[in-house]
Amino acid sequence: MTKPIVEYKDVHKSFGETEVLKGIDLDIFPAEKIAIIGPSGSGKTTIIRMLMTLEEPTAGDIIVDGRNLWKMKKHGKMVEADEKHLRSIRGDIGMVFQHFNLFPHMTILENCMTAPINVKGENKKEVEQRSIEMLERVGLGDKIHNFPSQLSGGQKQRVAMARALVMRPKIMLFDEVTSALDPELVGEVLEVIRDIAKNDDMAMVLVTHEMDFALDIADKVLFLDDGVIAEEGTASDVIEHSENPRVQEFLSRFRS
Amino acid sequence: MEAILNISQELGRGLWVTISILIASALLAYLIGFIAGLSRLSKNIFIQKFTGLYIEIFRGTSLIVQLFWLYYAIPMLFGINLGSNWVIGVIAIGLNYGAYLSEVVRGSVEAVDSGQTEAAVALNMSSYQKMRYIILPQAVRMMLPEFGNYTIQMLKGTALVSLISLSDILYYGNILRSSNLSQAPLIYLVVLGFYFILALPLIFLTRKAEDVSKKGVAN
Repeated sequence: MTKPIVEYKDVHKSFGETEVLKGIDLDIFPAEKIAIIGPSGSGKTTIIRMLMTLEEPTAGDIIVDGRNLWKMKKHGKMVEADEKHLRSIRGDIGMVFQHFNLFPHMTILENCMTAPINVKGENKKEVEQRSIEMLERVGLGDKIHNFPSQLSGGQKQRVAMARALVMRPKIMLFDEVTSALDPELVGEVLEVIRDIAKNDDMAMVLVTHEMDFALDIADKVLFLDDGVIAEEGTASDVIEHSENPRVQEFLSRFRS
Repeated sequence: MEAILNISQELGRGLWVTISILIASALLAYLIGFIAGLSRLSKNIFIQKFTGLYIEIFRGTSLIVQLFWLYYAIPMLFGINLGSNWVIGVIAIGLNYGAYLSEVVRGSVEAVDSGQTEAAVALNMSSYQKMRYIILPQAVRMMLPEFGNYTIQMLKGTALVSLISLSDILYYGNILRSSNLSQAPLIYLVVLGFYFILALPLIFLTRKAEDVSKKGVAN
């Protein structure tokens, strides 16, 4: 059996007095597509933000490819990870945000090229070619010299995905990537994610409210409720056949 | 009319001192503004507090008193010569406005949307790379109009150096007046005209800067 690429071991997270995550155990396997669903405020986003090193867990361990993300060995003792340690691991992880977070002072091509060139030190010509290919793949080949302000929300989000993909991550995180979009633009973004899910062999974790979409692409669905994984299984187990009343109550809000 | 021409000719002798002090002290103030502004954001508590102290002292006391300190007090107290009057004028104006500008720098960096930092982290940038490629290019756009405003103020502030016997525009105006009291209103009117004409290109640049800063920034 293959080994998980990411392991959460009894991970807790508090913001001040409020405990948002109350012990998360989760394995993510290479190429696995996981959807996290649940009511807002249940801590879904926090789970992936900790993996992206945007939030530090209050307790517990996150192991990435056998290495402890938030702790490192120093003089024989485990201490809090420094930036160098975090950077040595998080290069394998990419993330797409709810609000796109494109760099407004760069063209969309430059948005894709800056990190491979400046962070990984890759060859500029090669990166340019790869970026253009990636932007063509998300359907924006004719806009590469435009600035983000000239694009629609759906286009911006597709650029954000291209930008993350150019870094060739092993794990891609999607944080409610369609929530900030006008309804008519959601489809084009989901289409791109579906394409990535079918054709790329990286692991994907999606925090989403798109149930049909989760049902379609996810190998595993987690239902998060009140800081714990309340239900876990295949998409049809959780979304179609769950007997958990909390899950049913949650899902009923989507079926009207 | 002829009187105005004569006055202008006399005032023109101080033009270069005013301009050279403006340019030198503006460059010094920009440099200090950036160094102190970024130090203020440092994680190192000592650096942070130290720059905070500098900023509050120089913002909180008057420029003219600071000028006199550098010119009269410090050489007497410590026996050090800070250089020519020109250098002292530049240092005083540079330190004073550097303190203001550092707050502009700090504010602009903090005003860049936090999502930009998160995107930089997600692309595995180091703190330096994040600053260099993502935060500063956007923060500088936001700073431009304020830098323009403070540069115009600095131009007007240079008039104070006439008080440490530097022969700038105002200095020659004062000399003219002392030998020709009845012309005082006209003399100072022409002095005002001189400063206004010098400020015009700066006002124009500041307007341009406002246009630039409206583009290409996330917030």
